[in-house]
Amino acid sequence: MAQRADPVTKRLGLAAATLIVAAVLLAFAGIASRIEPGTGLGPGDWAAVRFTVVQSVLSALLSALLAIPLARALARRRFLGRGVLVTLLGAPFILPVIVAVLGLVTVFGRSGWLNTGLAMIGLPGISIYGLHGVVLAHVFFNLPLATRLLLQGWQTVPAERFRLAAQLRLTPASVFRTLEWPMLKQILPGVAALIFVICLTSFAVALTLGGGPRATTVELAIYQAFKFDFDLGRAAMLAVVQLVLAGSAALIALWMIPPISVGGGIGRPVQRWDATHGVQRGLDVGIIVLAAMFLLLPLGAVVARGVVGLGQVPLSVWHAAGASLFVAAISVVVLGLLALPMAGWIATRRTGGVEAIGLLGLSASPLMIGTGWFILINPVADPVQLALPVTALVNALMALPFALRIMVPRLRDTVQDYGRLGESLGMRGWPLWRWLILPRLRAQIGFAAGLTGALSVGDLGVIALFADPDRATLPLQMYRLMGAYRMEAAAGAALILLTLALGVFWICDKGGRWHADA
Amino acid sequence: MKYLTVAAAIMGASAVSAETPILTVYAGDYFTSEWGPGPVIEAEFEKICECDLEFSTGDLLPRLLLEGKRTKADVVIGLTSDVTAKARATGLFAPHGQDNTALTLPIEWTDDTFLPFNYGHTAFIYDETRMVTPPSSFEELLNMPDDVKIVIQDPRTSISGLALVLWVEAIYGDKAQEAWAKLAPKILTVTKDWSASYGMFTDGEADMVLSYTTSPAYHMFAEEDFTKHAALFPEGHYFMVETVAKVAQTDQPELADKFMAYVMSSEFQAIIPAANWSLPSALPEDEWPDGWSELPLPEKVLFYDEAEAAALQDKAIEAWRSALTQ
Repeated sequence: MAQRADPVTKRLGLAAATLIVAAVLLAFAGIASRIEPGTGLGPGDWAAVRFTVVQSVLSALLSALLAIPLARALARRRFLGRGVLVTLLGAPFILPVIVAVLGLVTVFGRSGWLNTGLAMIGLPGISIYGLHGVVLAHVFFNLPLATRLLLQGWQTVPAERFRLAAQLRLTPASVFRTLEWPMLKQILPGVAALIFVICLTSFAVALTLGGGPRATTVELAIYQAFKFDFDLGRAAMLAVVQLVLAGSAALIALWMIPPISVGGGIGRPVQRWDATHGVQRGLDVGIIVLAAMFLLLPLGAVVARGVVGLGQVPLSVWHAAGASLFVAAISVVVLGLLALPMAGWIATRRTGGVEAIGLLGLSASPLMIGTGWFILINPVADPVQLALPVTALVNALMALPFALRIMVPRLRDTVQDYGRLGESLGMRGWPLWRWLILPRLRAQIGFAAGLTGALSVGDLGVIALFADPDRATLPLQMYRLMGAYRMEAAAGAALILLTLALGVFWICDKGGRWHADA
Repeated sequence: MKYLTVAAAIMGASAVSAETPILTVYAGDYFTSEWGPGPVIEAEFEKICECDLEFSTGDLLPRLLLEGKRTKADVVIGLTSDVTAKARATGLFAPHGQDNTALTLPIEWTDDTFLPFNYGHTAFIYDETRMVTPPSSFEELLNMPDDVKIVIQDPRTSISGLALVLWVEAIYGDKAQEAWAKLAPKILTVTKDWSASYGMFTDGEADMVLSYTTSPAYHMFAEEDFTKHAALFPEGHYFMVETVAKVAQTDQPELADKFMAYVMSSEFQAIIPAANWSLPSALPEDEWPDGWSELPLPEKVLFYDEAEAAALQDKAIEAWRSALTQ
């Protein structure tokens, strides 16, 4: 491609990226200003780094690889309840950690449904606690996300290609090789990197399902340094280690992505004539049923626990739900302002390296960003008064890499396929966004907004550091209930949280896919 | 920016008229929820102080350390004995001015800065319907069959977890690591905080959970469930205490003093058991609320003061970590 004029303005994208880097660097600077000579990294920390990398790599690979057959099956099949299932795929990801853990334990635990079932037919039980438990939990969280991202990839393959493939009577294997694999090559590395970073920052799940201190992650050490030892120097050092790990993964993955486009079509609904019966059909059905069981049973456990406690949920939980929705709304707006220009900028570049910037916020622990900003705000204003806006900003930062991963591939295709046409029509700046990019990106924007909103509803994030009693968010209120022995009421609150988060997700996601074939 | 306006509107709504003096009390996060002791304490204290008591919640120590001299707190309530050393080192606190001899703790308390307002002990809780013969000593706990599963908290992220490793240290000393090695196969898992552990216990996933001697009281008085008990061990149980302290540079010294005195009053002390599910620090047992004196409590109490605990902490955690990672 010679002399490519960029129809999408870079300036705004550059500004958004600068803002993100600044937000993270400033947080670091805030912490650096308060560092006192403390302990360095010990052998226990390096063991934590090793475990963190091992479990993250395994979880990321497994989630990404398992998502291929599942997304393929979902892309090829149309069945009753498919829409609901696709929406529910968003659910595990947005569950608060403690709720998800108790849900998983209800199904896979020592006295869980699975082991009860095994005992009934006389088989020995299995233990969920160990490295495999950690990976299982992380796959539970991330397989659905990976599936949704890949499913989007399938939707970017123009309908005409599948039509042609059907006319040529290509076998499923050749369809995979010629149509699906080139698309996967573009999407898979980014998805894996994203999941790697998510798993990198996990710690309560890893500890609980890992069965003890063997499953210590870097994030646990950061938490300990911040909240328990208050050793800011050590916390900052560990945070840098985490950033480096996340950064390398992101760079490797993003540079692996080939800068090619799948090619344009005329945007008609996808219809599949291949794999309509026989082994392929059976395989798809089997995969969908298995995956649905794996994902929905723990969710069912959360719902079952919650329904019992719903009656005991105090009024304050509903107030907190309001606060959470408010935070979610702000987060979505902030995210939009950051993610759209950035995605536009990234999409016009040949390689996706800058997308790594988006991962900064996620890989820097929210605890670190929160603390850093607290230190910065404290001399000039009361941080407690700013708790909700700061929470919203941090939430948007956390959600940014997901939003970018969702929007960039589609945006890249749009720019490459229609950019020249737009150029010849003299479309630049806002008209280009208004008439070309936003309409073509509607589904992606809806999905990204839904994910951000839902994540914000369920996020404890930075609010715990400086929460005001009157402005508690729903997850915080749920933890308070648990702390006061009210486990059933807390389960009820968790159900409300799940419903609310899913509701936000569904509305945004549906809004984006309205009148469009998903 | 629209959201700032919205946020400002919310903030404005909580502002109070200037004439009433405000006493700002920093409290632990659980404290001010409607099912915690905060609301009753606020209502009762405001009846006698002609002031407005405002709670501000969050992670107490990190927040104090971050705010330093700029803290708005007049009083801080909820500092546990394992963080008092760090809190003391900030130099932010003034003597509490109360008479320590009025305390009714099972240990002697001589600290003139941090005033205890409740206490409890670490204990393993079991459900009699699921566990017919609970261990009758710590030694028996270590020698239970491996298919009995307990769930504990991480001493690196949770206060009760830290109390547990100090408990083991107090009983076994240099043999702590061997004790942990014996216990290890029975430890189903370790959780980040107390809530996750307790949830796993009430869900039936674990047979016993590391909690407090006062935990059965919640089930007895709030749920009328008499099946949950603390296994009491003759080796003793580790003492846990929460304290309240006055900030030296408070702009409301008299109100702060009044609050400290209120903490020691029998009105405040009588609120504690049912609101905080712990034992009052300055109330003779015969004045405890109905039923509370029937709660089985350990005869022997183990405790390290903050200096001893600080010296032993790293060793105790390392004994736990190395035994559980083998």
